[in-house]
Amino acid sequence: MSDSETPQDLKTTPLTSEHEALGARMVPFAGYLMPVQYPSGILTEHTHTRDKAGLFDVSHMGQAWLKGPDHETTCRALEALVPADLISLEPGQQRYTQLLNDEGGIIDDLMVSRSAYPDTEGRLYLVVNASRKAIDFAHLNARLPDSVVVEELPQWALLALQGPRAESALQTIVPGVAELQFMQGAPFEFGGDQIYVTRSGYTGEDGYEIAVRNEMVQDLWRALLAHPDVLPIGLGARDSLRMEAGLSLYGHELDETVSPVEAGLLWSIQKHRRTEGGFPGAERIQREIAEGASRRIAGIKPEGRAPARDGTVIMAGGKEVGVITSGGFGPSAGGPVALGFVPPELAKPGQALELMVRGKPQPAQVIKLPFVAKSFKR
Amino acid sequence: MSDVKYSKEHEWISVDGDIATIGITKHAAEQLGDLVFVELPAIGKTVAPGDETAVVESVKAASEVYAPLSGEVVEVNSVLEGEPGKVNEAPEGDGWFLKLKLSELSELDGLMDAAAYKAFVDEEG
Repeated sequence: MSDSETPQDLKTTPLTSEHEALGARMVPFAGYLMPVQYPSGILTEHTHTRDKAGLFDVSHMGQAWLKGPDHETTCRALEALVPADLISLEPGQQRYTQLLNDEGGIIDDLMVSRSAYPDTEGRLYLVVNASRKAIDFAHLNARLPDSVVVEELPQWALLALQGPRAESALQTIVPGVAELQFMQGAPFEFGGDQIYVTRSGYTGEDGYEIAVRNEMVQDLWRALLAHPDVLPIGLGARDSLRMEAGLSLYGHELDETVSPVEAGLLWSIQKHRRTEGGFPGAERIQREIAEGASRRIAGIKPEGRAPARDGTVIMAGGKEVGVITSGGFGPSAGGPVALGFVPPELAKPGQALELMVRGKPQPAQVIKLPFVAKSFKR
Repeated sequence: MSDVKYSKEHEWISVDGDIATIGITKHAAEQLGDLVFVELPAIGKTVAPGDETAVVESVKAASEVYAPLSGEVVEVNSVLEGEPGKVNEAPEGDGWFLKLKLSELSELDGLMDAAAYKAFVDEEG
């Protein structure tokens, strides 16, 4: 591994021994020892998730409550740090947004839910990236008013069940989850314990994310794997699935210099917040909305079979115009897929580009994202 | 009967006269995972030990295949360009990469036999 972390420094999840028992290949990721693939292999794991249901251990992600005296106070406090409208969230409703720095760059992207637990007025449930959680929580603690506090939830594991059979598989173990709509969550019961289920994910498929206490996660993991439609899926397929779905990965499409407009995330900024601002870097983001940004993320389809990896230079008309931020093989797309930054005038579907793969220009074309159509339950 | 040798770069080399058929070992194929792309050298290319002769890409990453011996590329398994998965199915059979006409037969002495290669893999863990 090129990673400098040694296995001794790496954190584990409550499921590490389960992964090892299944024969997973374990690799360092965001400071954790995580399964990159199981013996079935990345191609099988990927297509199984698109065809049936894939189970992911995402316990390395950061979970937290944001607790304030009432819904409006908590939401106003977080809205000062993110560009999404949170006040309008109904109990149980979930929204995707970004923590922004004062220049409008992305500190992290995250999911925010209004709690659907009874008697939890003023609480938001956050899920952030593993690689950024320490930075995120320090930033929140520094910037939130005294009345709103972050309570990290290391005692909770997180599973994702994704794919067209996720609903039927989870419904057999956790009755009632079929009624959740996309980007909606609610508490359910498993083994006499409370779990929190949201209908969301990172594959472009219908599916769920399930927060469960560390002590119970092994039972739930095993119960789900016992279902004939469910296979365990590692980080390798998680990456190819999200690339085909055109979804950003922090450290690739997103970093502290990239704005939501550049990253193609304007859809996640509700209209009134675009006009009213009131979030860090609003000036830059409003200017980019009005005048255009200097670069933007595009879906890029290499025409040959050679994948173009992260860091590949993008050329057009003999000039260097951008860089690939994520690239690899898309098993469902049936060929290489990539995401990259190009000037907005070169970001239109059909635009011809050249990718410098091992020193040789390879023809490619901008496509309208996603590479594989999403199938969310709305 | 040809004689199969192994390199520290996890290639197998089957020698018949001065022609060496080269591929990657089962161990290497398992480590790489599902291959999705194979780039083979041009026929007629001359290589020396350590030269990059082919590129393999798994879903996750690209890796180079280095020439274990000196010689000239006389044949490539172009089936792999359309069906890179053949390497995973039969790495030490139908998944061969290329044939070299060897120019330095003495270099064969630097390669491992099956028992030595197995010990090398076990030691690498």
